[in-house]
This record gives sequence, structure tokens and C-alpha cells, in this order.
Amino acid sequence: MSTGPVPKPIAGPSNFIDERIGAGTFLKRNLRKVFPDHWSFLLGEIALYSFIILLLTGTFLTFFFKPSMGHTVYEGSYDALKGVTMSEAYASSLHISFDIRGGLLMRQMHHWAALLFTAGMMVHALRVFFTGAYRKPRELNWLIGVLLLTLALLEGLTGYSLPDDLLSGAGLRITEGVAISLPLVGTWITFFLFGGEYPGEDVISRFYSLHILLIPGILLALITAHMILMWVQKHTQMPGKGRTNENVVGAPFYPAFMAKAGAYFMFTFGVIALLGTFAQINPIWLFGPYNPANISAGSQPDFYMGFLEGALRLMPAWEINLFGGSGGTLPMNVLIPALVPMGIIMTGLALYPFLEQWVTGDRREHHVVDRPRNNPHRTSIGMSAITFYGLLWLLGANDEIAAFFSVSLNWTTYVGRVLIFVGPFLAYVITYRTCLGLQRKDADIIGHGVESGVIKRLPSGEYIEVHVPPHPAIEALMRDKKPVPIIAGADSDDPDGDGIPSKGMRSPLGKLRAKMSKAYGGEKIALTDGHAHGHEEHAAVGSGEDDKPSLTH
Amino acid sequence: MNRITARRRHPLARYAVLLLALVLIGGFYTLVTAKSNERADAAIASGKADDVAEGKKLFELSCSSCHGLNAEGTKQGPTLVGVGAAAVDFQVSSGRMPMANPGPQAPRKQPAPWVNETTIRQLAAYVQSLGGGPAVPGNEQVDAALGDKAKGGELFRANCIQCHNFVGAGGALTQGKHAPPLHEATERQIYEAMITGPQAMPVFNDSIITPQQKRDMIAYIVGVRDEPNPGGAGLGRVGPVTEGLVAWIVGISLLILAAIWITAKKRQAQ
Repeated sequence: MSTGPVPKPIAGPSNFIDERIGAGTFLKRNLRKVFPDHWSFLLGEIALYSFIILLLTGTFLTFFFKPSMGHTVYEGSYDALKGVTMSEAYASSLHISFDIRGGLLMRQMHHWAALLFTAGMMVHALRVFFTGAYRKPRELNWLIGVLLLTLALLEGLTGYSLPDDLLSGAGLRITEGVAISLPLVGTWITFFLFGGEYPGEDVISRFYSLHILLIPGILLALITAHMILMWVQKHTQMPGKGRTNENVVGAPFYPAFMAKAGAYFMFTFGVIALLGTFAQINPIWLFGPYNPANISAGSQPDFYMGFLEGALRLMPAWEINLFGGSGGTLPMNVLIPALVPMGIIMTGLALYPFLEQWVTGDRREHHVVDRPRNNPHRTSIGMSAITFYGLLWLLGANDEIAAFFSVSLNWTTYVGRVLIFVGPFLAYVITYRTCLGLQRKDADIIGHGVESGVIKRLPSGEYIEVHVPPHPAIEALMRDKKPVPIIAGADSDDPDGDGIPSKGMRSPLGKLRAKMSKAYGGEKIALTDGHAHGHEEHAAVGSGEDDKPSLTH
Repeated sequence: MNRITARRRHPLARYAVLLLALVLIGGFYTLVTAKSNERADAAIASGKADDVAEGKKLFELSCSSCHGLNAEGTKQGPTLVGVGAAAVDFQVSSGRMPMANPGPQAPRKQPAPWVNETTIRQLAAYVQSLGGGPAVPGNEQVDAALGDKAKGGELFRANCIQCHNFVGAGGALTQGKHAPPLHEATERQIYEAMITGPQAMPVFNDSIITPQQKRDMIAYIVGVRDEPNPGGAGLGRVGPVTEGLVAWIVGISLLILAAIWITAKKRQAQ
């Protein structure tokens, strides 16, 4: 690139800024920052770009939405609700949908972007979890991520309630039910939240403040922190040739990664715009205005709340009446499903990096991620959690499943009550065996090479298949495998040979930790295992006339 | 005058007055209700008595195995005495009866080959002759064009959607029973379902929901059903379940494909 003299209209202002805020050195240092390349590293960007679109479309919607529960009579252009009494919030949502130019498109894009925002966060979190990218030094960023996901659920819940249609009211009613079920403080919290008896006159305007100001503000701050930390700590990279914990292999931010990120924003925008145009979402006019006396079959929350809905539907009707009811009631049928699954999933996510560190004793920095198969217990725990979450989510729609597939609604519940305990266990076992199988496959490829498809007949009359060495990039990826660390002294009862277990292992907790460490860590299938047999086939690689390794088969 | 005053004090006078009142009320009631029985009587009077005979034959052929030879009911099927012509018209015209195989609930299906307007009328006349019951509503009674959609919508939301879903897409009930979708139900069938309460459905008689209100509800159901989806594909109009499926299967899949495409060309270490 020839760099002639910089044109004056550019040089002038650039100099002005540079001399005052020193932007030049900052940019020089950061524009060439290297980003590793892998498709799964872009998943978090789905959430980031959806958030930007949420801010833009949301701002548009605030221009026309009236967050008021005041009564009004609808006189807009939707025929089937003409003359119906409703809240101003619902009437203005209808107004946006039918009488504001582009209003329906904006509403639908806002809603689709919200779904992709949470879905994007989830797939991103799964990628980080399964590759162990949350390990030191990134635990804090992982915690920020968990907080972001929790806030996103809250943001979704408040937004879902705003239009004040019948379906959003059903969600609001469940929120009230959960709040009022809390021991001791439930009634007080409910009256505080709703400004009196449910539904009151205040909840929409309160949720509006939370939805458009407080939660997005915190989200924006946390997203910024998330990005800055990622920038400062550098992005993790996949294992492979020449990639170590000390370097980052990839493309510089400017121009390569910037172009990719920009393109990906356009893709996200495009997908959301397409969905907003061609797929109807949350048709509030069909639901009608909220009336606490009405409830519809198939009332469902948005997908990210589905697991709570499912937990509620699975739970048997169990109540504890203290002192024969005079001491109050503990509605376990609401408390447990509302708090326990959410607690297991969110607390589990938040604590996992620290638990893993405690079990493995691994305090090193990691910048090269794991392949999921190479840490089989982590992968199995993750799949267990996905199964637990997924079953709850699925059973949140058990009435739709029963109606659509013509099965008994009761049986979906009974089966679900068993599966919620059995399913995660099965997932654990199956995933663990699959991981070991994949490790064996890797060892086999390292030991024997790849089947070439060429059958060779030896002078003795024996037929063998010629194996060729794997592609260097694939081999590098496989050879990067390192055993999961075990805390010192855990792999044998008597490390020093003096008959005394090491100090930290003597307490019951220490013994448990040692046991867990031994089970969790260690080399399950060594890469060299593949050499143990089949030396004849291996010899055939050398004796083949094509010395050049080929991967065309 | 004196004589009346004296008799007014007679010990039996109060009973006489009570008797008189009962006779008056009873007589008035008979006069009024006779009007609604007129339709069935008129059917018999206007030469349609043949319908009853023909209907009985059809009944014995296709219905009696479950409902009994005299429609008295068996273990397999309930008695049909008093269910009325409306129930017959609803069940047979929607293909629910005759039932193909026993189950928690008779599903809507293609009606049997022998079913047509005449045979339904004959069957209905026979069942009506057994013990009366709600009659088949007239065309004007079920005309959606004469109803008020908005009012009907409010009634629909208050009375129907807890089982039939907000747009009548149907829903699950307990033990394999279900509230069917209203997509295919005719205006007449909707009305008949309300007055006869088929299967798991409660009866919404004229004192709970007036005929005018029923017509409003029909207007809403039919109106919303035929209304286009302004926001694009309706996704079955069953709410957030299909929306979530689309977000993941279409949205996330497309974006993952885009991510794979964008990062397809990788940099290798030197």
C-alpha cells in the first residue's frame, strides 16, 4: 500500500484529536490486536448485536407506548376489539401494531431480538463451558456472564408483561404467585411490588422503569465490562499447530476481524429483520386485554422462562400448613419449582470454575481451550445440566405436546417426574462413554493414522488397508491433549511412602476432595494407547509407495 | 261482600289460594313451554313423521350397538333420551359419531359415507322424538354476520379460551381428553356445541349465554379465524412455544451457519 501525503481535511482533525487525547497511540496499540478465529467464538456476538438492535427498536417503541394501567375504550382500527375496555398500555400496544407506520415490524423485531439475545447468550455460555474457557484468568468474566444471563431473564420477564395482554397477564399472575409464596415476607413483597392487591394500578409503570432504564443500564455496563475484560485478557484460542498459552494466533482486529464482526452484525440484523417481517410473534391482538378472571389454554412464557414453567407443572401439590394452618402455609408446590431449578442452574454455573479449581488444584492460566472430549467429566456434567434444563423446558409446554401429539396430559407429567431424575444421570453416563470413545478414536488415529481406503495385498496373500498419517493440523489439534490435573497426593493414598497421608487429605472433606480429584482428573485414555497393537498395519504405511501423506480419502 | 269476607277467614282458605296460585303458574308454564315443543310436534305434523321412522332404522343400524336398541344407553354409550336433535346434528355432521374406536374422546373426522343432510335430519327427528331436548338452531340464529365481534370476543375469553385457547386452536384436558380446535367447526356446530355440551364440554344454555350472545361469540370465532396474520406466518397461533422453536431452529441455526461461513478461512501459524 503506497502511503502518500495524508490529505489535509483528514490530517487536520486527526492531529487535533491526537494532540489532545492521544488517540493515535491507543489506536495503534489496539487496532492490530489479534483475534483467534473459530466459528464458535462468534456466538457471543449474536447476543451483543441483538442487544444493540433491542436498544434501537426499544427506543422506537417507547415513543408510542403508554405505560399506564388507566382504563380506556379501544377505538383503533382492529375490528375485533372495538369498544372493548382495556388498559392504556394494551391500547397503545395495539396502536403501535396497527396504526403506527412500521410499528408492528419494530415490535416483532424487538421480540425476536429478545429471543435471540437470550438464545445467543445461552449458546455462548455453553461454548465457554464445554471448552473450559472460563478457567483462570477468566473466572470474573464468567461471573459477569452469569449475571448477564440472569438479568436478561429479568429483562425479558418485565418486557413480556408490558403490553398488558391476556398472555402477559398470565405471566404476571405467576410472578405474583411466586412472590406471595415466599415465607414471612411474601405478602409484604407482593403488596410492595403491585402497590396493593394484585393486579393493582402500578405494576406496568414500575416494570416499565425497570425494563427501559434500570436493567438495560446495568446490562450495558456489564456488557462493556465483559468486552473490556475479554479485550484485556485476550480471547482464548482453540488448540492447534503453533498455539500455546503464551501466544494468540489469529487475525488482527483491523482490518480482518473488524470486517468479520461488522459482517456478523449485518447477518444478525438481517436474520432478526427477516424473522420480524415473515414470522408473527406475540400477536397481542389475538390474546385480548388482560383480565384476572380469564386464562387461556396454552398460556406459555417465552422460551427462556420455559424451564420455570415446566418445574411448576411437574411439581406435585405439596403444602405444609404450620400449626394446622394457624402458623401460616409453606406452599412447597410453588416455592420449590420457582427457586430450586433456577438456583441449581445459576448457582451451579457461577460456582463451577471455582469448584473445578478446588477439585483439580489447577491454578495455572489457560489461554488454549480444551476439546470437550478431553475433559470427560466436565462435558458429562454439562450435558447432565442441559438435560435437566431441557426436560424442564420441554415439559413447560406439556399441554401443547399433549394436544399436538394426542397423548395424555397426565402422563406427560408422570413421565416427566421420573425423567427429571433419571434423564440427567443417563446423559452423564452416555456422555462420559462417548467422550472416552472419542479419545480412543484420537489415540487410534495418532497411533495408526487414517484409513486411506487403499487395500494392499502382501506377498503372503494377506490383505491390509493402508493407513496414512493424519493432516498436520488435525494431528496438532489431537496432540494438544493434556491430562486433567489432579491435586498433589490424591492419586495414591501414600505419596511419600511413609504410611502417612499428606496433610490436607486427612479430614473427611480432604478425603472427599482427593477422591473427586482422582475421579475427575487424570489421563483416561492416553494418546499412546493406539500404539499398543496393530504394528503390522503401521508398517504398511511405510511400505506404501506413496510417501506423500494424503488426506483425500 | 259479607259472604266473601266470612269465607276469607275459613281455615281452608289459605290452602285454596295456594292451590289456585299453583294451577295458574302451572297453566301459564305449560302455555309458554308448549311453544318450544311446537317445533318437534310441527315436524311430526308436517309429514315428517316418516323421518322418525327412517331415523329409527338408521339408529338401529349404526348407533344402537353402543347406545342401545331404544337409545336407553349401554356400558359403551350414554342414553340419548333427551339429548335433542342439536346433539345429533353436532355429533354426526362433525364425524364424531358414529365413533370409529373407543377412546377417551371421539375426535372430529370425515363423516361416514351414509351421512348427509337427510339422514342427519331423520336421525335427529328420531332422537328428538324420544324425549325432546335442544333443537337444531335456525340459519339466522347462527349467522356470524349478525353478531358483534368485539362483544363476542369478551364472552369468548371469559368462557371458552381456558380450554379452547385464545384463537380456538384447542388444548389438552386431563387423561387424553382434549378441547378440539375450532378451525373446522361450522357456525351451526359451534352453536350446537354450546347448547348441548358434547363430551367434556359444559352446557352453555340460553339462560347463561343468550342466543344473541352466542351469535356474537360465533362472529368472533369465525371472524378471527378468517382474519389474516398481519405479522407474517402465524406459526400455528399457539403462542410462545412455536416462537421459541423458530428462534432456535431458524434464528440460531442461520446465525451459526453465518458464523461458520465468516470464519471458514482461517489464519495458520507460520
